[in-house]
Amino acid sequence: MGFFKLSARDALLMVIFAAAVLLAPIWLKPFGAAYPDLLQKFAIFGLFAIGFNILFGLTGYLSFGHAAFLGIGSYTAVWSFKLLSMNVIPAVIFGTLTAGLLAVLIGFVSLRRTGIYFSILTLAFAQMCYNLAYSVLTPITNGETGLRVLRDDPMVLDRAVGVIQEGSPIGDFFGWQMQGFPAFYFCAAMLIIGFYVSLRIFRSPFGLKLRAIKSNQTRMRYTGFNTRPYLLLAFVISGMYAGMAGTLMVVTDPLAGAERMQWTASGEVVLMTILGGVGTLLGPILGAVLIKYFENIFSAFNTDVLHDVFSFMPDWLENFFVTIVHPFVGEGWHLTLGTLFMVIVIFLPGGLVEGFNRLFQRRKKKASSEAAGSRVATGGEKQATAEN
Amino acid sequence: MDAIFLQILNGLDKGGAYALIALGLTLVFGTLGVVNFAHGALFMLGAFCAVTFQKLLTLSKQVKDESITFFDAYKEIPYLEIWLGDTGAAIIDWAVPLSIFMAIPVMLVIGLIMERGLIQYFYKRSHAEQILVTFGLAIVLQEIVKSFFGANPIPTPAPDIIAGSANVGAWFGLGDSVVYPYWRMIYLVFALIVIGSVFAFLQFTTFGMVVRAGMADRETVTLLGIDVERRFTIVFGIAAIVAGLAGVMYTPILPPDYHIGMDFLVLSFVVVVVGGMGSLPGAVAAGFLLGILQSFASMNEIKSIFPGIDQIIIYLVAVVVLLVRPRGLMGRKGVMED
Repeated sequence: MGFFKLSARDALLMVIFAAAVLLAPIWLKPFGAAYPDLLQKFAIFGLFAIGFNILFGLTGYLSFGHAAFLGIGSYTAVWSFKLLSMNVIPAVIFGTLTAGLLAVLIGFVSLRRTGIYFSILTLAFAQMCYNLAYSVLTPITNGETGLRVLRDDPMVLDRAVGVIQEGSPIGDFFGWQMQGFPAFYFCAAMLIIGFYVSLRIFRSPFGLKLRAIKSNQTRMRYTGFNTRPYLLLAFVISGMYAGMAGTLMVVTDPLAGAERMQWTASGEVVLMTILGGVGTLLGPILGAVLIKYFENIFSAFNTDVLHDVFSFMPDWLENFFVTIVHPFVGEGWHLTLGTLFMVIVIFLPGGLVEGFNRLFQRRKKKASSEAAGSRVATGGEKQATAEN
Repeated sequence: MDAIFLQILNGLDKGGAYALIALGLTLVFGTLGVVNFAHGALFMLGAFCAVTFQKLLTLSKQVKDESITFFDAYKEIPYLEIWLGDTGAAIIDWAVPLSIFMAIPVMLVIGLIMERGLIQYFYKRSHAEQILVTFGLAIVLQEIVKSFFGANPIPTPAPDIIAGSANVGAWFGLGDSVVYPYWRMIYLVFALIVIGSVFAFLQFTTFGMVVRAGMADRETVTLLGIDVERRFTIVFGIAAIVAGLAGVMYTPILPPDYHIGMDFLVLSFVVVVVGGMGSLPGAVAAGFLLGILQSFASMNEIKSIFPGIDQIIIYLVAVVVLLVRPRGLMGRKGVMED
């Protein structure tokens, strides 16, 4: 028990994680990633990926429709801004709850099937949400233009208290304007809470049951265990994470568009989770940060920048490299993303975290085989893999 | 009556495209056991075969325009027209149908390379990993096409003679309101021919017999000393050709851009699942069925009762079918149920 009901090791992990997130503006500076917009994205997509991992990583159910929850979270948050108050607390609460409700509905139906049928069902639901947001629900979602907060919206609570912002409306946390670093710290706080919850789920009997479902659902059922409620709970929790991520997008920028519900957005979060490491605690966040970081860096490159980068080479070599690299950067960033995706799935299905573990173990193995022969090392390796 | 007839016709050509893509998907799934998310990219590559062929035919030379005398004006004349005169112009006009001859070998090669180079390593991996790697491949292919051809749709018109519309209603004595473009009719016929030949190939050739046997019980066929894997590779090539041809012929209906494949892929997967994973007739039937349902749902009369139904009908049908008949319309027992 002890510190927040965590074991000593997990408590240490939690403290290190929180410190790393809160100090991100400092230690990310050398990487050129320490500006608030990007940091906010790291936190938001990190949260999204953690939530997705609770479903995909623990139960093995691959959902291709998580963007729907992101979208509904965003829309609810904007409506909470419009109708109630620019304070972000109601927005976060309502956004997360409505996403949870939608997840109950979709999950109840989709979880009747497994495997690719489940993927297709979730995809179908998400596409329905996306198409409806674009067409019939335009009065609620404002269609292609996107939903934004206007100054003459009701904002009942704000008007009752008499706090009305001047200029274009910005989310607000009891006096803190949700822009720049305050907004990042708000997202970071949510990320840390989200990580804590996910850690607790991973270590709980509930998490163990989910993992058991992943490894052999039939056997679970034969032992007289009803798996459906647990799957549904995992699905709903994961949907609520996505909803919260959607809400935070609106908190940092009060605008919601239907395009964030498209299935490519669902694909992106799958990629983040895979890249980092499915079923690991830190992997999804790592994946989200890397993808958003490289997206940001790469898409800013253009031919001139490339010529600068390769300028130390002789001219012909410089031109050669620029021609090769050019399709992969700037507008072609998705090409890099696709290639990365394939490389990871082909060579490192466990993601980067598994890669690190392998590297780490190889070194340990080498060290211990020098000391005591290889027999002990294989035992140690088994234990290490079990721990992950 | 007229309206219903017209909607059925409208649904058939789109249904034809769905059926062709779903047929290839099912073939690949039934033989190799691979869920191929890059199949839409093959459709897109086929469409861009037509674009490339058209570009090749219209390679032009700058010629001085003699009709303008005030200043030096130049116009572009395709080499084909310079060399062959009117015949050349006619060939250019028929670029899209002619590009079929280029698309078949090109798509076969692409399919074989894809299977040998990537897919074969994924037979034994989980479906989730297959989906992910082919999804990545689809992104890569589509970005490569984008970097060559740009992001905008490229117009690829049908030949002039068949560019207009037929008064189909008059043929059946239904009045003049049923007007239907010739090209869509050709697409439908073409789709039926391709589907028919794939079925005939599987049904009446020894090769097809082995493939069907392999689909039913791979192990036994292998034990009989037949190299099933090699035949399945060729089946993948055939599936690539089918998707490619569907793409080539669709270009006059919808000018292709780089994400045309993805748009069709999602729908085709729904089609496959509705038809029943692993069932070829199911895929074809579901393709046409969903195409027709979609075109009915986009009628104004129906839209006024259920607003927005045209946007979600396919997904709605998929959800209902999966819940009522979990194996799809014609799915077999034991396919994808582990």
